Amino acid sequence: MDLLFDSVSSAFILLLSFDRELLEIVLVSLNVSFAATIIASVIGIPSGFLIAHSTFAGKRIVLTMLNTLLALPTVVIGLLVYSFVSRRAILGPLDLLYTQKAIVIGQVILIIPVITTLTIAAISRLDQRYRMTALTLGANRVQMAVVIMKEAKYGICAAVIAAFGRVIAEVGISMMLGGNVKGFTRTMTTAMALEYDKGEFVLAVALGITLMTFALVINALFHFFQGRTHSESV
Amino acid sequence: MLRKISVLTTLAVFLLFAGQNAVAEDKVLKMSTTTSTQASGLLDLLLPEFKNDTGIDVKVIAKGTGAAIRDGVDGNVDVIFVHAKSREEKFVADGYGTKRYPVMHNDFVIIGPAADPVGIKGMSDAGKALAKIAGQGAVFVSRGDDSGTHTKEQFLWKQSGVELVEKSQTIMKKGKQTEVKYLAPAGSEAWYMSIGQGMGKTITFAEEKQGYTMSDRGTYIKFKYGKTPAVELEVLTEGGDDLANPYGIIPVNPAKHPYVKNDLAMEFVTWITSEKGQKMIGDYRLEGKQLFYPDAK
Repeated sequence: MDLLFDSVSSAFILLLSFDRELLEIVLVSLNVSFAATIIASVIGIPSGFLIAHSTFAGKRIVLTMLNTLLALPTVVIGLLVYSFVSRRAILGPLDLLYTQKAIVIGQVILIIPVITTLTIAAISRLDQRYRMTALTLGANRVQMAVVIMKEAKYGICAAVIAAFGRVIAEVGISMMLGGNVKGFTRTMTTAMALEYDKGEFVLAVALGITLMTFALVINALFHFFQGRTHSESV
Repeated sequence: MLRKISVLTTLAVFLLFAGQNAVAEDKVLKMSTTTSTQASGLLDLLLPEFKNDTGIDVKVIAKGTGAAIRDGVDGNVDVIFVHAKSREEKFVADGYGTKRYPVMHNDFVIIGPAADPVGIKGMSDAGKALAKIAGQGAVFVSRGDDSGTHTKEQFLWKQSGVELVEKSQTIMKKGKQTEVKYLAPAGSEAWYMSIGQGMGKTITFAEEKQGYTMSDRGTYIKFKYGKTPAVELEVLTEGGDDLANPYGIIPVNPAKHPYVKNDLAMEFVTWITSEKGQKMIGDYRLEGKQLFYPDAK
């Protein structure tokens, strides 16, 4: 009980005093998570769209593969990327390891399957009649895609939110590829892991509460925009 | 229905007691230690022999010194085996441990790229070596995890005469405001990398960035001679008095936590400080090199 009370009040102190170290950590987290989410969306949404709208042999296998990739452990992705960017590896000369870029690369790999599968689900749920109507009204492929995207945007938005939630809460990739360097690659989750290792549980939980606060604010914003677009389309 | 419930309850109660008995009969000692002790491989040699002699199983929980001591404070373990003498003494003084028994020591080394751009090779004064690294702004990787090694590193920075800044964060503990403090060289953002990870990770990091770091000799030997590909970093500064690294063992005080197994803890302390335990420590070789020097009389 003491731990909870101390942690909550510490979280308030840290937040209200605009603690510089905390802000630095929060900024790194947001920076990396937004970059990863945007890049993965640019790749994942069109892929999801293409897969949902094409019929090809082995489509079910692709879907099964994508669903399996949802369970890919962050440590495996971390190791995979590490083996490419470490000093003696192929991409070693780029000096990517232990930078924010390395974290973004790993996280993009982590959430592309999330965005792709959820986009496929969102589009597949749509009534076939949207497509048919668009086609009978003389829409070309691009116009049809736009119509479908508009109808599915609620679900696609949810996909992006889920992906963002996954990366901002993720610790394995950030630790392995970012290295938890203070001021450069220390994110909220790696900072929490560190405070736990140090035995400073209060600070760890306080950081956790801070993370939840930011997640709440960001999701509220998402929801606000999502809600508005949704009511427009009705 | 009622009968069924009562039968089940009886069974549950019986199982509960049976379970407790089984636990009481098993002689299991819980010990928190530091990652470097675990990584050295010494415990893998000592503990089976200890079990042979006494029938006691030792459950090892390896963490940073800060967290290992914290385990002792919280009564999660029966004994702690760490290397941060001043903090161990405080642990005993605060009443959490009964007494600190010296066990052994090894030493710290400053390692860096073989090319040694800063020129600290052959020095033995760690403080002066750090001052040179700071003077040239060469990459220095710090554990930054409040471990025994980090405690030592901060002490050496104090010795170095380099201007240091103390940063602090205010948090609440037991309803009171307290400060968590960090020490780092002034104006070092570009080259002093505090990564808050274990020794092995820190060596790997320094290797990747071709920077300098401080390590206990055991972990370094393991990464240099016991691993492929081996790290290229070389020992540059060693042998100074400041670099000694004493290990102590402390039973958790049963007066604070009545359920800790003080009797088992004392058996382990007696065994590890006995002639046999001490000889095994002195005879231990890692990749053909002596790692630890017995300290108990």
